[in-house]
Amino acid sequence: MILPEHEKKHLEDARVIGQQELRAGVFSLELEAPQIARQAEPGQFVQVRIPSDSFVLRRPLGVASVNLAKNRLVLIYREVGRGTAALTGAMPGETVNVLGPLGHGFSAAFEHPLLVGGGLGLSPLLFYAESLRGRADVLMGGRTAEELFWKELYAGKVGEMFLTTDDGSLGTKGFVTTLLPSLLQKNAYDGVSVCGPEIMMRSVAKIAAAYGIPCEVSLERRMGCGLGACLSCSIDTTDGKRKKVCKDGPVFPAQEVFA
Amino acid sequence: MTNPADKDSRLHTTLLGIPMQTPILTASGTFGFGEEFADFVDLSRLGAVVVKGTTLAPRRGNEGNRIAETPQGMLNCIGLENPGADVFLRETLPRIQQYHMQVIVNISGSTAEEYGELAGKLDVPGVAAIELNVSCPNVKEGGIVFGTDPHALASVVREAKAHTKKPVIVKLSPNVTDIRVMARAAEEAGADALSLINTLLGMQIDIETRRPVLGNVTGGLSGPCVKPVAVRMVYQAAQTVSIPIIGMGGITCWQDAVEFFLAGASAIAVGTANFTDPAVTMRIADGLNTYLSAHHIGNISELVGKMELG
Repeated sequence: MILPEHEKKHLEDARVIGQQELRAGVFSLELEAPQIARQAEPGQFVQVRIPSDSFVLRRPLGVASVNLAKNRLVLIYREVGRGTAALTGAMPGETVNVLGPLGHGFSAAFEHPLLVGGGLGLSPLLFYAESLRGRADVLMGGRTAEELFWKELYAGKVGEMFLTTDDGSLGTKGFVTTLLPSLLQKNAYDGVSVCGPEIMMRSVAKIAAAYGIPCEVSLERRMGCGLGACLSCSIDTTDGKRKKVCKDGPVFPAQEVFA
Repeated sequence: MTNPADKDSRLHTTLLGIPMQTPILTASGTFGFGEEFADFVDLSRLGAVVVKGTTLAPRRGNEGNRIAETPQGMLNCIGLENPGADVFLRETLPRIQQYHMQVIVNISGSTAEEYGELAGKLDVPGVAAIELNVSCPNVKEGGIVFGTDPHALASVVREAKAHTKKPVIVKLSPNVTDIRVMARAAEEAGADALSLINTLLGMQIDIETRRPVLGNVTGGLSGPCVKPVAVRMVYQAAQTVSIPIIGMGGITCWQDAVEFFLAGASAIAVGTANFTDPAVTMRIADGLNTYLSAHHIGNISELVGKMELG
């Protein structure tokens, strides 16, 4: 059999190392998956099979962290439905079948990017921050201080951390877009990488473009296969092509997907 | 016994003159062009890969959510997104030759003439057979209309047969009152084989937003939840026609596959289960080998239609 010219994807029965509820409804699942851990790049995702016969679709989850020495990866996810609810029951020692690593991740070219995230978008950005070893800054936004529990996870992994909350309970009152222009003005970022609600990503991309800074965005779509076969996650690009979020993305140059 | 080194000898099948390593196919729309699964599946070990539905002109498919999970199944409304037959012939088909798999092309048209034109275009080396999609529930024109009216179905089959020397398989829709009527119409019009079932029309509503979950409102239901319907229809079709049947609908394991063979399928296809487990077809092949060996059955063909009544 001839192997195609790409990094091989793996199907692994990953051992559950541990699982904890970080905040109400947000879980961190640590898995031992040697092949996937070795190969995963920031911004890529995995397709997790829910450990129950009731579900036919896997759940696409971004990789939040990799521990190469221990062959482990961390997935941070929100319990949003029956599938993710069942996943919260995965106990240490049990196995969870994982397919990955999948898709194209964040730019390897940025030396000093600003990472901008909101909600679970901060999960794949965390792995990116880790890989940049302190060279990235992060701007995170949430409705309240409670939603920015992420700041503890990012501590020590980024240069500077900028926080905004809708209610002003932590950091600057407002949205990430309130703070973004001044940050781009003051600092010599060579890129902006954003992951969060689409409305936020569109606004961030617009501001980055105004400052002439390359911006990449990580899209979220419902997925079937995760391999580029089923076309559940097809999108239009700005130049009229069709692309697949699972295979061509989930990270895209902003100008390729946002008009 | 054939070559003892060939672990699949009990599964060797010839269908429509096509030599198949195993009688396990992949259902159109669930397996891309095969290449997407090359990391998990020995594609040459499949009976054939039925590639993504192809139309004359490119199609961008439906807006909005295209997929939703349901109890023991899923709904989709992709809407036949594909780059069109010319791009398939120019770019995709040459590229996938390296996998040494049998390629069956699933085609859709909005008129009987379009089916004929497509069948003619695809009468090329590298294409093993044509599958007529007369049952896509997700496009407005054509599609399911041809699959629910026996006269329209017959005209599509005749057009396709008139334009190609390749075997023509007709994929039947389960969204009919009596599958036997459609099976007979296809056979009488010259179909070389039937494949069934396509998806069952379904829908799901978000009770918080009160909006349909799928962008196209309705979609096609597939997965384990449809399997009993599929087994029944394969059985009924097999009782009605003498052309071979490719059975599909909710197959996730070798035990499911055995049911379809017993019901009268000469081969089976796996669809939704490829999403759950991309390597599922290989596990089914292994399981069938073990089952046939344990029951001292020399070849899978001995199982076809062997359900016993009473």
